[in-house]
Amino acid sequence: MRRGAVTLAVLLPMLVFIYLPVVTLVLFSLHDGRVPLPPFKGPTLEWYGKILANPRITVATLNSIMVAGVSAAISVGLAMLAGWGLARHRVPGRGLIEALILMPLTVSYLVVGLGLLVATGGLVPKSLALVIVGHVVLNLPLAFAILYVQFDTAQARLEMAARDLGASERQVFWRVTVPSLRVALIAAFALCFTFSWDEFIVAFLLSGFDPTLPVVIWSLLRTGLDPQTNAAGTLVFLVSVVAALMVEAFLLKRRKDGPVL
Amino acid sequence: MTALSPEIQLDHIARRRGLMLVAPAALWTVVFFLLPTLSILWLSLYEIEGGKVGETMSLVNYRRFAEQGYFWQSLVNSLVLTGLVTVISLALAFPLAATIAFQVPPHLQRLCLMLAVLPFWTSYVVRSYAWLLVLAPNGVVNQTLMGLGLTDAPLPLSFNRAATVMGFVHFFTMLATLTIYASLSRINPRLMLAARDLGASGVQVFLRIVLPLSVPGLAAGAFLIVVVVMGDYVTPQILGGNNDLVLPQTIMMQIQRRGDVPMAAALSVVMMVVVAAAYLILARRLTAERT
Repeated sequence: MRRGAVTLAVLLPMLVFIYLPVVTLVLFSLHDGRVPLPPFKGPTLEWYGKILANPRITVATLNSIMVAGVSAAISVGLAMLAGWGLARHRVPGRGLIEALILMPLTVSYLVVGLGLLVATGGLVPKSLALVIVGHVVLNLPLAFAILYVQFDTAQARLEMAARDLGASERQVFWRVTVPSLRVALIAAFALCFTFSWDEFIVAFLLSGFDPTLPVVIWSLLRTGLDPQTNAAGTLVFLVSVVAALMVEAFLLKRRKDGPVL
Repeated sequence: MTALSPEIQLDHIARRRGLMLVAPAALWTVVFFLLPTLSILWLSLYEIEGGKVGETMSLVNYRRFAEQGYFWQSLVNSLVLTGLVTVISLALAFPLAATIAFQVPPHLQRLCLMLAVLPFWTSYVVRSYAWLLVLAPNGVVNQTLMGLGLTDAPLPLSFNRAATVMGFVHFFTMLATLTIYASLSRINPRLMLAARDLGASGVQVFLRIVLPLSVPGLAAGAFLIVVVVMGDYVTPQILGGNNDLVLPQTIMMQIQRRGDVPMAAALSVVMMVVVAAAYLILARRLTAERT
């Protein structure tokens, strides 16, 4: 009994602190008034209607989905190849290559954005393509860290068996390696997708006249507190939570399924 | 990372194949990260003259950094902010992680952890805005305090350093809870029982067993905090108001208002040096991973 009380005494205030801003954000996205501050009136879906009818927001949402999807696919693809190469082959300078691929994790996003801005030096126009390049830089190390540890001995034996049975390297890759890692691949993709979907500073520096959703939300903030911003923020949050839950569900599934396949 | 037994190391496949598989990722990192980062370093050695990048190399931007209080102060502000956020976040995350790891029944721990970090997934521009809603003069906190009669007039909770700290601490408490929990959940409970049997008090068990074994989790959390807080522009810009500018804000100011990208580059180099120093200090703790 006493133990339970102590547990609650720690957990409850922490949970209030952690959930306070999110609950406020979501609650006042339904507020029936011009300023999203208490006392709460409503609920109304007016602000959701407003933002969904706003072409700047819908276009930016499509831009964000495109950037997140493409950059996550490239990140996971490159990380998968690199992980396979390093785990299964005697690559000279392995430690150095690992350190190189993981290096972007140790600098701020601002540095990655500024670096690309300086390196393109106005010769390459700002565009969503440039944002994708930047997001791959940010997410590649993450995808690599997730996938690299998955190439374990049991998985190597499966590949060996396939080779012994006469599979070509290409067949081994597509029929054994990729399917046996599908859970980790999906988790890595979903994680890269959410990080790109949320990313602001690189997109802000590199997107030019084609902004992503976080950049548009940033410009909405200039108008002060506005229930439309609450509504947009709530939608962004929901997308991220769905992706995060997907990661969690796949990771749980993997644990239940046992090590491989 | 992946140690393979000799019979499984496939020596019938040439090294070249391995290199070809690694090449795309390595090249991407070199071309789009390493070279751009070096170009920041290179550009920081030039001066803006008449709106254009000058021709001669010099350390003039770094001298301006050292001599002008405005730049210098923003580094100090960044360091103070990072220190405050790191200490407070770890201090809040530790009891939360420990409660989940030691008090919550094992089959509920994962769920509990997930619930404790769910708001982590709020977009970070949106999260700072949400704190603005909470801390505004007529926001939830002030209205509650006034409703309870604890204060007559709204407290100045937003647009200052305290608000920035609050926004960061919220985010990093969740993150550090994850890294600390990872360390704590690996501690063998028998160690604590054995210490108890040998006569250690609760405080001794905590100081001599739990705390030392959670150092990797604390160090991992601290490093993540330093990298992000030193480099984040959004949170201080939204919550901090126009006082106590931090390094990323002065960097963005150079880019947007002054058009002085070389100065921004020099300030970024300073920022990278600070983060690298933090890494070197924390790295030893990170690798001191024991079971």
